[in-house]
Amino acid sequence: MIKAILIFNNHGKPRLIRFYQYFAEDMQQQIIRETFHLVSKRDDNVCNFLEGGSLIGGSDYKLIYRHYATLYFVFCVDSSESELGILDLIQVFVETLDKCFENVCELDLIFHMDKVHYILQEVVMGGMVLETNMNEIVAQVEVQNRMEKSESLVGSVAKNGHVTFPT
Amino acid sequence: MSDVVEKTLTALPSLLSLDSQPGSAKLSSTSKLGNLIRGITELTSKHEEEKLIQRELASIKEQVSSPNTSMMKELMVRAIYCESLGYEASFSYIHAIKLAQQGTVLEKRVGYLAVSLFLNESHELLLLLVNTVLKDLQSTNLIEVCMALTVVSQMFPKDMIPAILPLVEEKLNHPKEIIRRKAVLALYKFYLIAPNQVQHIHNKFRKALCDKDPGVMTASLHIYLQMIQENPEGYKDLTASFVTILKQVVGGKLPMDFNYHSVPAPWLQIQLLRILSLLGKNDQSTSEIMYEVLDESLRRAEMNHNITYAILYECVKCIYTIHPKSDLLEKAAKCIGNFVLSPKINLKYLGLKALTYVVQQDPKLALQHQMTIIECLDHPDLIIKRETLELLFRITNAQNVTVIVEKMLEFLHSNTDDYTTIDLVGKVAELWFIETMNTVFSVGGDMMQPDIPNSFLKLLSEGFDTVEEDRKLRLFAVDSYVSLLQGEPGKLPQRFLQVISWVLGEYSHLREELEPATVMRLLAKLLDMKQTSSETKSWVLLVFQSAQEVSETYGSSMDTVLRQRAQELQHLSQDCELRARVLPQDAGLEPLEVDSSLSFLDGFVSEALAAGAAPYKPPHQRQEELAQAKALSLEPYGLSLPISMSSCSIADRQSPTLLSMSSGLSGDSTDLSHKGSSTTLKLDGVKRVWGREGYLAQREAVEEAAQVEVPSPLRSPSQQAEADSSHSQTPTPTPTPEPDQEKQQLASSLFFGLSSQSSVCLMGKSEPTPQRFRRKAKGQASSSGAAEQISNSLVSAPSAVDNFLCNNLLDSNITSQVGISSSEQTSELSQGPATTNGTCDTEAESTDGDIKGSNPSLIIGDNGLVAADPTPHKDPGSPKDFCLSSHLPAELSELCRSEITPLCSNQSLGLSACHVHKEDSLVLVVFITNSSDAAIRQILLDLDSEQLQVIYHDVTSHSVAMHQFSLTVKRPSVHVEVVGMVSYQLPVGTPQESLTLCRFSCRPLTVSTEEYGTMWLSFSHDTKQNLTLISDGEEPLTATLNVLKEKLQLHIVEIIGMEGIIACQLLRDQPCLMHCRVHADVLAVWLRSPVPDLPDCLIYHCQRALQEH
Repeated sequence: MIKAILIFNNHGKPRLIRFYQYFAEDMQQQIIRETFHLVSKRDDNVCNFLEGGSLIGGSDYKLIYRHYATLYFVFCVDSSESELGILDLIQVFVETLDKCFENVCELDLIFHMDKVHYILQEVVMGGMVLETNMNEIVAQVEVQNRMEKSESLVGSVAKNGHVTFPT
Repeated sequence: MSDVVEKTLTALPSLLSLDSQPGSAKLSSTSKLGNLIRGITELTSKHEEEKLIQRELASIKEQVSSPNTSMMKELMVRAIYCESLGYEASFSYIHAIKLAQQGTVLEKRVGYLAVSLFLNESHELLLLLVNTVLKDLQSTNLIEVCMALTVVSQMFPKDMIPAILPLVEEKLNHPKEIIRRKAVLALYKFYLIAPNQVQHIHNKFRKALCDKDPGVMTASLHIYLQMIQENPEGYKDLTASFVTILKQVVGGKLPMDFNYHSVPAPWLQIQLLRILSLLGKNDQSTSEIMYEVLDESLRRAEMNHNITYAILYECVKCIYTIHPKSDLLEKAAKCIGNFVLSPKINLKYLGLKALTYVVQQDPKLALQHQMTIIECLDHPDLIIKRETLELLFRITNAQNVTVIVEKMLEFLHSNTDDYTTIDLVGKVAELWFIETMNTVFSVGGDMMQPDIPNSFLKLLSEGFDTVEEDRKLRLFAVDSYVSLLQGEPGKLPQRFLQVISWVLGEYSHLREELEPATVMRLLAKLLDMKQTSSETKSWVLLVFQSAQEVSETYGSSMDTVLRQRAQELQHLSQDCELRARVLPQDAGLEPLEVDSSLSFLDGFVSEALAAGAAPYKPPHQRQEELAQAKALSLEPYGLSLPISMSSCSIADRQSPTLLSMSSGLSGDSTDLSHKGSSTTLKLDGVKRVWGREGYLAQREAVEEAAQVEVPSPLRSPSQQAEADSSHSQTPTPTPTPEPDQEKQQLASSLFFGLSSQSSVCLMGKSEPTPQRFRRKAKGQASSSGAAEQISNSLVSAPSAVDNFLCNNLLDSNITSQVGISSSEQTSELSQGPATTNGTCDTEAESTDGDIKGSNPSLIIGDNGLVAADPTPHKDPGSPKDFCLSSHLPAELSELCRSEITPLCSNQSLGLSACHVHKEDSLVLVVFITNSSDAAIRQILLDLDSEQLQVIYHDVTSHSVAMHQFSLTVKRPSVHVEVVGMVSYQLPVGTPQESLTLCRFSCRPLTVSTEEYGTMWLSFSHDTKQNLTLISDGEEPLTATLNVLKEKLQLHIVEIIGMEGIIACQLLRDQPCLMHCRVHADVLAVWLRSPVPDLPDCLIYHCQRALQEH
């Protein structure tokens, strides 16, 4: 199971935090800090796996991460997940973001944190891998986007007092 | 799904579509969130950030409470942002829930997201969400359903699951696959947090597994992986399905959509491979189903992309987890090699991990890659280094421990990561400390000062700094001791054995996969070893807090300390509460308060007295009274024993337990032994001659079953027997969960022992194969010997199983396997397996007479084939018997003895045996008759028992050699089997025969009714059972008892009206009393004995005897 998904930038600023296992607020912050500390000091030419963060759990847990330009994508998983599988899942996730945001950059993640969450929800649900096919994920996200556009129209129309649509 | 959503949205005017720019950064930068973010990035100190956020939160709080819903979405996103920076926005939680409840679909989405980010499963506000979820699950809008399912799988209050479960279940039948898929995952989540809630929908999981959409099927694998992990046995039937699915996936049968970098559904493959490895673990037949597809997977996964390595890695792990198949292992090993040697560092890491995983099975593999491993030790990546050390840690042995610890310390110096340091320090400590201490103990041995082991144990129990550390250290100690015991514990010094037994007793529970029975077996082996001192034995016994069987055996031991310990733990094991109080786990070093006046028992005593119990009498006084008891003539066989009597005896029994456990004083131990011997019988100086072999056939049955599963030639049968005895022999007072099964097994043991027409045929059918199997498994030496034997033999006779019943109930059972080799004389003679039965300890008191004489009637099979005589000689009083009995020594011929029974013979050699009831022991007399014309040399009679091997150098032509064995059987039993093997050299060949020499039974005990009464009250083990009455003409009770008397050699003490009392004994100190009363048309029998299990044994014999009548 995936215990947490953390995205932070090269300075350790969190960009997306999603825990699938409950931790208290201050514990979460500590985990983010420690994970950043562990990951940031690793060269780019070493392996993408890290074991034994003492905070999120003992030997059963590992960090699987990828570093893209200014961002670290870290998946914290237990032993029931395949290391290389998760590594490619991160790739799928990032490619999906790229497709949804058209050349995704850190700013997209900052300003559209909610959207990133929605996309992530289509990839991982409650700690379980839901979908690994990028096209499927994009399709789901697009359905929601379409709904969003229509609704914002409905909203504006409704405000002007012309038409009201049931939602 | 998109089409349905489109449908729901068709009401919307498509002409109003805006520009398709998905929310760009520009747009947001003007928003409040944009301002906030910009504000934060401009800040320089944490303090300023905090101030800014607090201001922001205050403004959100203000706006959020004003009912301007159009702002809500944005406000919520801002709150989420603040929360993700670590600032609490608890005021917004309720608004998030409200938003999810009441908002439009988009607002709902933000609301749900905020809720799932803000709250946790146990948050009280979450209850407010239940109704919203319920409503949305029933919504016709797919998006709403999806959102509800998502939030449910993220977090949902456990006790509210039943409320929404039916709705989620319903979604498994939803036409849209995405809904089905999410529903499956939501159910999986429920399964994780409340497994019992979803128990009833297992068949729906199966339906999901068979879903036509591969996505739903993939989702259901999450559930199966989990469930199979918990209970692999329950899902073996699905193996073929999983294999089929994997085959189809690997074969590219899935739609192209599922390809990832042209690899078909790699994540699905990984999941399936994990499931298969769980299913195939320790299960050969299941493993065989999957060999083909694994091979296929290995072949198809060409090394072209990262993800194929993921599949390969899982494949390799699976191959090494399931029942091994050599060619797959070979391929897997090659794969591991590729991983390890790969320049890609991730693969190298996985390669090392795989090596670590397989190295215990296949240390050679690590050897192959030793150079790479050495290189990895100096790898710049710390993770690789650590993994390498982990690998080394696994292959540490006495030879390389120094180097490996050195490497670890080196790594420690360079390392700064706390976690790694802790981990590694622990490992170094384990390796170094325990290994060193092991050496110290082994070498120092018994010469050591006693305080060295004491302080070692103290150190181990007090522990060091961290709990985890201590646990690991203890675990390592347990592991290392278990492997030591599995080796040759006989060579270890007594003190070391004491330390080992203490550590295993205290900490073996830490190693979860280690069966308690395994530890028990190992320790029990210690108990049965000759060289184990009684001090060590008492240490070992202390460990057996739950092993009642053992305690019962030793409960009647001669050694008072041993006996006391055994009694103590017998009571402890019966009384959980008491045990918890007296022996708290990890009580460690808490000082014990000793109340030597036993005031804590005052209440109990006064209660017992009030109930009519006899007041406590010191032992000497009781002895006197017992001496007078004969004159008192207590009503001996009243079925309604006065309750006061029994409660008194409980008081007597319990007090020493409590006292000695809490204080170590053993004031009452004499009382205990006195109780045991109060039966006019003196235990002193009497050898315990009987073993509790009554469950013999059952033990064999279990043993065979065990060997079918794990054909480990290294385990000696004695170990097996111990193992089986430790869990198969059920103590009398506590009924087994499956008494029926046990009875069946026991019954089969009786078939084995008591022969009748039916049992012979049953034997003949069922036994030979297992018998042969058993023999084969007896150690490598014997199996290889047997193989040679067969290959060398020109003629090999089929094994024959013969069965005898003699009047005096000597049950002879002959199992012979004869392989005749006419090759040159070989020196392999001495290779006859010197196996030990472990439970039967026979002492040889050799008296070999070499008596001239010929016995031509023994020549059988002059057709050239030398075979074991398949036809049992049943005629008692045959001339043979007469002839052979004349060879009996004078002092034995006077005594009661069994029929001299021919065991087996061939044209040159005949074996016969009988047993003689000596006063204090049982003597097995074996006659070896040479009926050939030539002298037979080097006859080797090899009994299946420790240290018993008798060599006759030769027996001259037509003569009889006689040999006596005095049997000392450690455990009481109505039936004992002695298995042996005879090998000898003829001038022309080297036949070897193995045979069951003998089975023994009980003998009558002649006592008067008064004595009977006294004894009856003093015996603690009893059994009640109804027997069928025999009514052929005579008065039924008398008839039945006579049958029993005749068949089982019982002594009828007295028959009064409808009641009768019977006595018998195994040996002098092992009597068993039987009280029978006719009830309607059954015979109610009540047996009592001081020997545990003896009543049980006897009752089965009685049943058999009556059935056969």
